[in-house]
Amino acid sequence: MRDRRAHPLGAPVRSGYFRPMIVEFGHFALLLAFLIAIVQSVVPLVGAHKGWRGWMAMAEPAATTQFLLLAYAFGALTYAFVTSDFSLRLVTLNSHTLKPMLYKVTGVWGNHEGSMLLWCAILALFGAMAAWFGGNLPPRLRARVIAVQGAVGVAFLAFLIFTSNPFLRLETPPFDGQDLNPLLQDPGLAFHPPFLYIGYVGLSISFSFAVAALIEGRVDAAWGRWVRPWTLLAWLNLTVGIALGSWWAYYELGWGGFWFWDPVENASFMPWLIAAALLHSAIVVEKREALKSWTILLAILAFGFSLIGAFIVRSGVLTSVHAFANDPDRGVWLLVITGIFMGGALTLFAARSGVMTARGVFQPVSREGALVMNNVLLAVSAFVVFVGTVWPLIAEIFFDTKMSVGPPFFDAAFTPFMVALAVILPVGAILPWKRGRLGRAMAPLWGVAALAIALGAFVWTMQTGRSILAPVGATLGAWLVFGALAELWTRGGRGDAASRVRRILRLPRADWGKAVAHAGFGITTFGVAALTAWTIEDIRVAQEGESWTVGNYEVTLRSVDQVEGPNYLSTMARIEVIDNGRSLGVLTPEKRVYPVAGMPTTEAAIDNGVTRDVYVVIGDPQDGGGWAVRTFIKPFANWIWAGAIIMAIGGILSLTDRRFRVAAGARKARAAAVPAE
Amino acid sequence: MKRLFLIFWLLATPVLAVEPQEMLSDPALEARAQALDHALRCVQCQSESIASSNAQWSADARKLVRELIVEGRSDDEVLDFFVARYGEFVLMRPKAEGANLVLWLAGPGLLILGAGIAVSYLRRRSAPEAPTALSAEEEKRLAELMGDKPT
Repeated sequence: MRDRRAHPLGAPVRSGYFRPMIVEFGHFALLLAFLIAIVQSVVPLVGAHKGWRGWMAMAEPAATTQFLLLAYAFGALTYAFVTSDFSLRLVTLNSHTLKPMLYKVTGVWGNHEGSMLLWCAILALFGAMAAWFGGNLPPRLRARVIAVQGAVGVAFLAFLIFTSNPFLRLETPPFDGQDLNPLLQDPGLAFHPPFLYIGYVGLSISFSFAVAALIEGRVDAAWGRWVRPWTLLAWLNLTVGIALGSWWAYYELGWGGFWFWDPVENASFMPWLIAAALLHSAIVVEKREALKSWTILLAILAFGFSLIGAFIVRSGVLTSVHAFANDPDRGVWLLVITGIFMGGALTLFAARSGVMTARGVFQPVSREGALVMNNVLLAVSAFVVFVGTVWPLIAEIFFDTKMSVGPPFFDAAFTPFMVALAVILPVGAILPWKRGRLGRAMAPLWGVAALAIALGAFVWTMQTGRSILAPVGATLGAWLVFGALAELWTRGGRGDAASRVRRILRLPRADWGKAVAHAGFGITTFGVAALTAWTIEDIRVAQEGESWTVGNYEVTLRSVDQVEGPNYLSTMARIEVIDNGRSLGVLTPEKRVYPVAGMPTTEAAIDNGVTRDVYVVIGDPQDGGGWAVRTFIKPFANWIWAGAIIMAIGGILSLTDRRFRVAAGARKARAAAVPAE
Repeated sequence: MKRLFLIFWLLATPVLAVEPQEMLSDPALEARAQALDHALRCVQCQSESIASSNAQWSADARKLVRELIVEGRSDDEVLDFFVARYGEFVLMRPKAEGANLVLWLAGPGLLILGAGIAVSYLRRRSAPEAPTALSAEEEKRLAELMGDKPT
């Protein structure tokens, strides 16, 4: 090995003999973690099978050690990025000394290898958390869960080490790096992957719970209670991750689109939909001991879609030449990993699902019945997204035709399911368990329905003809938001308003979480419909000093200047926006060029508002003088992401519910595990 | 990382779409042209419509769309014109015919199937089951649990 004590530039290393070794130790830790993961996947599983306590007890220290090693490896890679150690190939390809510190750190996961290391570290973290907080699980089940988690870790660590090792060195380190893709140098995108990965990878623990339960041959109410908080944690992070990505696309790509239905977006959306279905069906398992095998299947499929997502993003099969990591070998690896885990789990499911007998009895019109409909709609909509995403591949392989499946297909094929879901949601949420009467459940909702329809009609008359989308969106949004409020209100019971409010405030956090998350869905629904239906667009050539009108706004191009940033050059326009004589200030859209990466980016300038965004973009200089300027009025844009964040907050509220806390769970679990036998 | 793919489109297409000088002066015709822009794929880009792509091919395609509209062709005729030249690949929304029916009917088909399974499941669940006797294995476990050995 090359002597690493000398600095690439020949200057002596400032301090410490061991500093360059930090990265080398990171590499070592990664390899060691792989070996530990093998132990973690085999020993507790054998122990659980044979009933050897000592072997089962290996699960906990193995999971903790694997996580600590990977955390160290990730820290070492971060250290290499922060100190611009260009002897690492990965740092050279994705960093630069002039890059701001924030993006040196986020650059660690702004590439295939580093993001895969983050993936493995989070996988190990979830295994370790199951060890740390799983004190309430029966020892056998816990050993099996951690072992299955370890097996997933083995597969991904092997993939990382053998095809995408982040710690590979360069023979002759360059003077400076090639810089991170400029589009990634943005706070929205910088923090989007970690959230997304906690979501994707978090679903692995639901998968491990499902496989462990299948090996055990037993699923009871306690299982439902254990698996739900993990799924909730994964789902709410996925929600935040997707929202951040969508928000980034909105302000960064220069025309205010927020969702493109591209394969890579769909890769994150499919697990989200299945996880949402799983969250709901796990409630039925927990409360009513029904839908067991379906819930197990969803837990397997949710992680299956995460794996398929990883394959889609990293193989380049669906995105052809320009994809992120279009190494066919990696694609094959990921396909094999997906095949082994899905094939294995589904075979086990087929063999064992018979032993899961349902106990709860209920009428079709009941909370259980509504949750079944919820699951059908969410699962079918996820399947539609899946078929649309892979159809170009299928068409090419089987029919030898090249086919495009773009947003117009998804808008038409996916939206009806969400509309149906929104229509039944408030009714289902208010129905009692076991047996309900539609008429009685609707009693507090008639007012809400009338209000929602009146609002839709009002919107319909206000807008000048055109799309039906906005009135429908307004109706559904109001139906969901006020439906959630009405449900809370009925939970307050009888009596005067004050005592009702007192009772509502004392409701379990899970009930609040449910209402908040459902209201968030309503807000997003309205935002999407309003933005799609009502966007106003203006494209023109403007001279400096010229004014024009867009909607109710007067827009003036004051000046266009050249500005220099830390690692880019910018053409910055100063555009003043006046709303009925009141200035909203000067917006400064930019066109940037990052010389190191040799890439231009568009930086839109947005005046954010509750009811609308004013969105301006500066284009190219024109031959006849002047600049291309695009102005958009985007009504209710922020409602889309606000709704998503509210959904995530609902998830957090539910997660902090008393019954999921460790001690309470442990007491109840012990109580529940025995009679369920 | 999901957006990295998107990002690489932008390597080829830094800024966006319809340039002011391309636009038709008649707003009604221009609105039709923009709708068609969204329905046509830039064949040189990654699944991007010519409305949002800034590749030269897309600029030419947008001009062609506007020329065809000014000639008085209908929306369908414009799309057919492009399909004749570049194949179905150029359509962002696959036609609902032939093998594509599988794609279009996948959602409704599965919904019917899922609803059918759900209904039969709900029927079965709503009939109260007679309490069944414990299986031999369950009896054994019960005996274990009732025994003096703490588990």
